[in-house]
Amino acid sequence: MATAEGIVKISRPSSAVMCAALFLSATACNGSEAPPEIETQAGPIALRRLTAEQFSRSIREVLGEHIVVPGRIDPDDRRSGLLAVGSSFASVTPSGFEKYEAAASAVAEQALDADHRDEVVGCEPNSVSASDAACARAFIERVGRLLFRRSLTEEETDARVAIANESATALGDFHAGLELALTSLLISPEFLFRVEAAETHPDDPSKLRLTSVSMASRLSYLLWNTTPDDLLLSAAENGDLVDEDGLAAQIDRMLASPRLETGIRSFFADLYDFKQFDDGLVRKDAALFPAYTQGLAEEAKEQTLRTIVAHLTAGKDYRDLFTTTESFMTRRLGIVYRVPVPTPAGWEPYVFPEDARRSGLLSHISLNALHSHPGRSSATLRGKFVREVLLCQDIPTPPANIDFSIVENTTGELRTARERLERHVSSDACAGCHRLTDPIGLALESFDAIGMLRDEENGAPIDTSGELDGMIYEDAAGMGHALREHPALGPCMVRSLYRYAVGRDPALGEEPLLAYLNDRFSASGYRFPDLLRDIVLSDGFRTTSGPREAEPVGGEP
Amino acid sequence: MMRLHRRALLRGTLAGGAVSIGLPLLDCFLNEHGTALAQGARLPVRFGAWMWGCGMNPERWTPKTQGPGYDLPVELRALDRELSTGGTLRDQVSILSGFDVKLDGRPNFPHTAGLIGTLTGTVPDEEHQVPAPTLDVLIAGELGGLTRFRSIEMSCAGNPNQSYSFESQSVFNAPELSPAALYARIFGPEFADPGDGTFVPDARLMLRQSVLSAVKDDRQRLLQRVGTHDQQRLDQYFTSVRQLEQQIEVLLAGPPDLDSCSRAPAPGPESLGTEVEQSTSTNRLMAELLSFALACDQTRVFSMMFSDRISGLRKAGSSSQHHQLTHDEALDPAVGYQPEATEFVYASMEAWADFIERLAEIPEGDGTLLDNCLVLGHSDVSLAKVHGINGIPMMIAGRAGGALRPGIHVSGATSPTTRVGLTIQQVMGLNVDRWGTRSMEATQPVGEIVI
Repeated sequence: MATAEGIVKISRPSSAVMCAALFLSATACNGSEAPPEIETQAGPIALRRLTAEQFSRSIREVLGEHIVVPGRIDPDDRRSGLLAVGSSFASVTPSGFEKYEAAASAVAEQALDADHRDEVVGCEPNSVSASDAACARAFIERVGRLLFRRSLTEEETDARVAIANESATALGDFHAGLELALTSLLISPEFLFRVEAAETHPDDPSKLRLTSVSMASRLSYLLWNTTPDDLLLSAAENGDLVDEDGLAAQIDRMLASPRLETGIRSFFADLYDFKQFDDGLVRKDAALFPAYTQGLAEEAKEQTLRTIVAHLTAGKDYRDLFTTTESFMTRRLGIVYRVPVPTPAGWEPYVFPEDARRSGLLSHISLNALHSHPGRSSATLRGKFVREVLLCQDIPTPPANIDFSIVENTTGELRTARERLERHVSSDACAGCHRLTDPIGLALESFDAIGMLRDEENGAPIDTSGELDGMIYEDAAGMGHALREHPALGPCMVRSLYRYAVGRDPALGEEPLLAYLNDRFSASGYRFPDLLRDIVLSDGFRTTSGPREAEPVGGEP
Repeated sequence: MMRLHRRALLRGTLAGGAVSIGLPLLDCFLNEHGTALAQGARLPVRFGAWMWGCGMNPERWTPKTQGPGYDLPVELRALDRELSTGGTLRDQVSILSGFDVKLDGRPNFPHTAGLIGTLTGTVPDEEHQVPAPTLDVLIAGELGGLTRFRSIEMSCAGNPNQSYSFESQSVFNAPELSPAALYARIFGPEFADPGDGTFVPDARLMLRQSVLSAVKDDRQRLLQRVGTHDQQRLDQYFTSVRQLEQQIEVLLAGPPDLDSCSRAPAPGPESLGTEVEQSTSTNRLMAELLSFALACDQTRVFSMMFSDRISGLRKAGSSSQHHQLTHDEALDPAVGYQPEATEFVYASMEAWADFIERLAEIPEGDGTLLDNCLVLGHSDVSLAKVHGINGIPMMIAGRAGGALRPGIHVSGATSPTTRVGLTIQQVMGLNVDRWGTRSMEATQPVGEIVI
């Protein structure tokens, strides 16, 4: 569907600019007043395959928290650095479908086992050893609506009732019949994919908006990362989510819910690619790093996510995440951080003392271990993470036919990463990129491959000084401060969260909206919940150019 | 001529091998293509790909002599193994050297251009692009409909998100990482064991078919509501549904009627990871399970990633991985190569030998399982240090049911790697006379290895 995306009319909103200019209090700019008109040509919609996490959360939301959802089904697709973007491209392979069916069957069995069937079925069958169409229908309609995120059509319900009846009769077991009917809901494309629909905008027939029911799923998976609850679905089916007041009321409710923490966690876990911890891919050499175990890795990830969630839900400045000494701690983490931890088991809020030399997320074990090799740290990988993920700057891949022997040898006369990497910068082919990544990463060289503090490498002192786009620093803490002040930090968060929300890279016609959101984010004092609200209220989130059309695959002659 | 090796088979048995095998094949047991026969029916022919990352050292890997009985350079010494069924491994494996990936001005994306070019016939023009289906998927399209599993993907590299079995960029076949999980998938309760006596189909299997048919009923309604991008994705989804229906049909038909088929023993303890001992052990366990699965005709297409293209293989206690070493380690001037990195080339070739040896140990018909396989061993580059894509190392093991002449060294003389892919497709029965695009388009199969 062609849109006039090339022509962009920028009507910069006055309110955000005013706020910034007049130094009004941040909250004054973030009431529930209708956002000003920003000319937005939103991008296309596409089916979004549930991520493994969404698959699991949705099932437990609808069928009970006791259910163990099998993991490792069809792997999620990560594109443009987000699973949320990859979900607009992923399909289901034969081996993936085989696993979805096995998982669905295992879930249905648990949902309808003798201990849990009464609460989930909601009606009493005439006989437990025969079919009961009325009770089966009631169950399928209620559970199907929550799983499909909309009411089932008559045909969809009838097909599942028929399965329940046929199976109950064949197996002489009412609940076994329901199991098979439930399985067929769980493997349906209507559950595995989020299907969004658009309709002509009543106020502007040249525009398409998401239907009220489609808005429910968009909101729910963005803010809570799970299927819409009954209240949200009812509001959606009532048309409330295409009504300004109705939408605002639901957003208020959702932002105030403790489930917002889940939504924020899921976003950062996706953005930071923490799935690598879940997949067991952050491995360290056991002989070199005996303190590093799978248990430590999981706690390291958890520490960072807890820090982020507590900081952002408290309405603190997003940028302070890179300087804050506030965090959470366990005894096991305390061993690597070399700090005493009074709580014997579990988590405690923790503030790093000055002499711990830990401030900001970049000093955490998680990010340092993730962006290292199994046997050694990597200033380049760490710098690349900061540039690409935190500042949204592209780092090109290394050229193919270059002689790497200039950076050889970790044990000879080049003892520190700085000495080795300086060889890159002395080579023209390498310098362009390494000048971007390495100064950042070298500031973090005081953390080894599992994030333990060190002052020397191979007996030589580590020099952590450097410069980030004009800001000079002496060490990791100073680099964190420079990052906090970097003009690209806030806009990059806006862009990343927006991409996560709409499941694709922004269209050209959305750039004015992003600029507006940047201004609002800045004016709010970089309050993350306010950014979420601004995004979901924007035309970028609520309208579309129509269904995504297939692109010809490149590479043909 | 090659049938003389059957005598060696017999010799191996007499020398004390425990495996019972038939007498050497007589011509009267062969059809005109020399294909082994069993119970009057042709035994299935299987295709597999076995991939290792970061290549080799061309001067130390490439045999000096061409044709049969080629010399074994130091990096191919793993093929100098006596088989328990007779002969040496070398005589089961053809070496294909000197076949190139042609860029036509496109970038040499490190470790990707050579791999994707070889496996899809087209060099990508963007970093993560997969321009066409990979070879195994093309072949599974032809053979996958005949068996319980369309294909089986395996990896020793420990990454659930990485295989080189692609339908398209967004549809890839995820690998099994754990031998225990692979065992459960193939030989779990659903497997119909020919040794279990009378076969009674499970009523639930038929009910599962009803479940799938309800899902298929949703199809048209859904297709009408989406754009062409999503129609393609849904077509893939419904293809997968049909595949599972067929899997259930195969299960309902009862145990496979194949003399060599029996349920695999449960695999021994596993230790997953990328330390070279771990990957080596996983490769062996997987090869064993696969050999039983193939003998029971559970699939005819498989792939194994021994190490990723950015090879993460490493030695315990070392701060460096294979891939890093290929770039960072100094050439030892005394020997002219990188000694530490090269250790991983040796290990990779030993693992390839382990894999093929296992298939060669299973008797089938009048020969071995390997006789009815075509296994392509390949890497992503030649010399990893410079991301070389000339002379991508490739090997073909097995006789493909009598269609291939094994144990030959062929030099491609800078012709494109797609000639090998074309040969494989033709041998596996695909009706193609050309494959690949631009300078990668091949029209000449590698005639030296085809009977």
